[in-house]
Amino acid sequence: MITVYVPRDTTACALGADAVAEAISTEASQRNIDLQIVRNGSRGLFWLETLVEVATGAGRVAYGPVNASDVAALFDAGFYEGKDGTLSLGLTEDIPYLKNQQRVNFVRAGIIDPLSVDDFKAHGGYEGLDRALAMQPQAIVDEVKESGLRGRGGAAFPAGIKWQTVHDTPPQQKYIVCNADEGDSGTFADRLLMEADPLQLIEGMTIAGLAVGATQGYIYLRSEYPKAHTVLKAALANAYAAGYLGDNIAGSGKHFDLEVRLGAGAYICGEETSLLESLEGKRGMVRAKPPLPAIVGLFGQPTVINNVLTLASVSGIFEKGAAHYKSLGVGRSTGTLPMQLAGNIKRGGIVELAFGSSLRSLLEDFGGGTLSGKAIKAVQVGGPLGAYLPDAALDISLDYESFAAASAMLGHGGVVVFDESADMLEQARFAMEFCVVESCGKCTPCRIGSTRGVEVIDNIRDSDGEQRDDNLILLEDLCDTMEFGSLCAMGGLTPFPVRSAIKHFPEDFGG
Amino acid sequence: MTPAFDQAAIDDIIAQHQELPGALLPILHEIQHTAGYVPAETVPAIATALSLSRAEVHGVISFYHHFHSAPMGQHIVQICRAEACQAVGARELEKHATAKLATALGATSADGKISLEPVYCLGNCACGPSVQIGDEVHARVTPERFDALINELATNKQEAKS
Repeated sequence: MITVYVPRDTTACALGADAVAEAISTEASQRNIDLQIVRNGSRGLFWLETLVEVATGAGRVAYGPVNASDVAALFDAGFYEGKDGTLSLGLTEDIPYLKNQQRVNFVRAGIIDPLSVDDFKAHGGYEGLDRALAMQPQAIVDEVKESGLRGRGGAAFPAGIKWQTVHDTPPQQKYIVCNADEGDSGTFADRLLMEADPLQLIEGMTIAGLAVGATQGYIYLRSEYPKAHTVLKAALANAYAAGYLGDNIAGSGKHFDLEVRLGAGAYICGEETSLLESLEGKRGMVRAKPPLPAIVGLFGQPTVINNVLTLASVSGIFEKGAAHYKSLGVGRSTGTLPMQLAGNIKRGGIVELAFGSSLRSLLEDFGGGTLSGKAIKAVQVGGPLGAYLPDAALDISLDYESFAAASAMLGHGGVVVFDESADMLEQARFAMEFCVVESCGKCTPCRIGSTRGVEVIDNIRDSDGEQRDDNLILLEDLCDTMEFGSLCAMGGLTPFPVRSAIKHFPEDFGG
Repeated sequence: MTPAFDQAAIDDIIAQHQELPGALLPILHEIQHTAGYVPAETVPAIATALSLSRAEVHGVISFYHHFHSAPMGQHIVQICRAEACQAVGARELEKHATAKLATALGATSADGKISLEPVYCLGNCACGPSVQIGDEVHARVTPERFDALINELATNKQEAKS
């Protein structure tokens, strides 16, 4: 029996993967070829989607980008036997884009059937949970601290410290909440992981539950990810059926229940306190801190709230040990960060590397420059609240400290590339406009300041001379007010893309 | 076009979910899935079941972009407006789409067929511009590709989804 892999990933399907799978199935039955199709997750090499793979004795052989109309030619060339021919890419593992990565979170992505517990276990899955089940809760927390794991959602807070706080609260109903509200433009690592290897996240959350004494977990998933929702629900059902969730995890007598809940299209719910409000069934209004969610979190109870990649990383940390994890990365940025190449980029996708490589190498060696072939003008790292960097700043090292030193933010690792046709005044205006749409409305500088920001930027565009200079000063003051007068990062960081655009691209502001 | 909603179905949804912790969003999702929007007439029953005020329920519905308090077009077409898609032509696509459908973003075409909605990121940022129709995301949507997708809808090749 021949096994052919066709991804079920959102981007692969957006590029026609369902039609490719159907065409392969039809063509195989017409030619009487005995062939099974596995709908895997994506390898994250999105510029090659739909990436079709065939299992051979030498390993998987890849073809791409495949359209449904290419399928007959693929059969003619004998792709199902791994033969070279049209769209042939050779062994998947030898594709440089993949080979030159250091995959930890995405080590199984695109390799396993995302829904299969057996497949997950055959590739190291649940080994970490087995180890954690034999440990005392404090020892589990210590291992996470030892790994140096920091929150991958953007704030980079040490995960072990957060877990310790929840662990130390008196025994009561505690919760593990996964922030899967990946709303930053240019980011898709959480989505890809949930669609390709959801059990890794489920395992990580289960270990978190054991560590802090929580018996209930929620994955708060954004409603814009219907495919991830389908995969997560199926993976959860399979984990329950295999005895890895419920009141007797892997026969240990330990209890952990897990459920996925949908958000409803509010960017602000990616902010942790707003997310908790939303999970409670309220408007996603940001809460003041303290109290920390670790002490007064979901339904007023102690809660670990971490990003998808943070919780998923725990699976690997317990499989291979904290020391192994810590051996990757630089300084206080330990482990790997899956960077996401997006926007105007020739080879977009996931590039998981240990912290410390350079942004320019990422853009050139992996990304291959812009899709349009024009020069790079600006790169926005860290989502809509991240700074715009000019070409001259691209030699920066990819780690939290280097970005903080450059008044920028590595955030969730999203990299959006703009070519020279971009108008940075329009990008600054959009940052304010986005804040108008997505502000929860609690803090006046964010709610009203963003509206005024759009107006002031329009005035800058439509004026010149002294009048324009006055408006630039006004905008600077407004940015100060938003930065220092807002509770959360929405109002607090919206000035970053605005200020960086003015600083690095003054010519677009009439300067 | 006002799709009638089935009161009994709504009552079932409320009864099935009201004991969940944080039940309001799951209930609203189910109602919208069933009726296509969240009719104002359902608010009192939801409020009573969850011991909330009607204002609180209305406040939640109006807070979230995903929930619609009025009937939508037969098809919901969402255009991503976020940065990664802007970098590959989303601003031009948005202009093209609003002109093609003679509809502003956030409004429904005069024939009631298509609601054109903005969306901020569909997680398809490596292959934009992105458009979502029903639950299906489409990548690399040029103006020509957009027209083709809309024409497919007109010939009913694609089923309407809420």
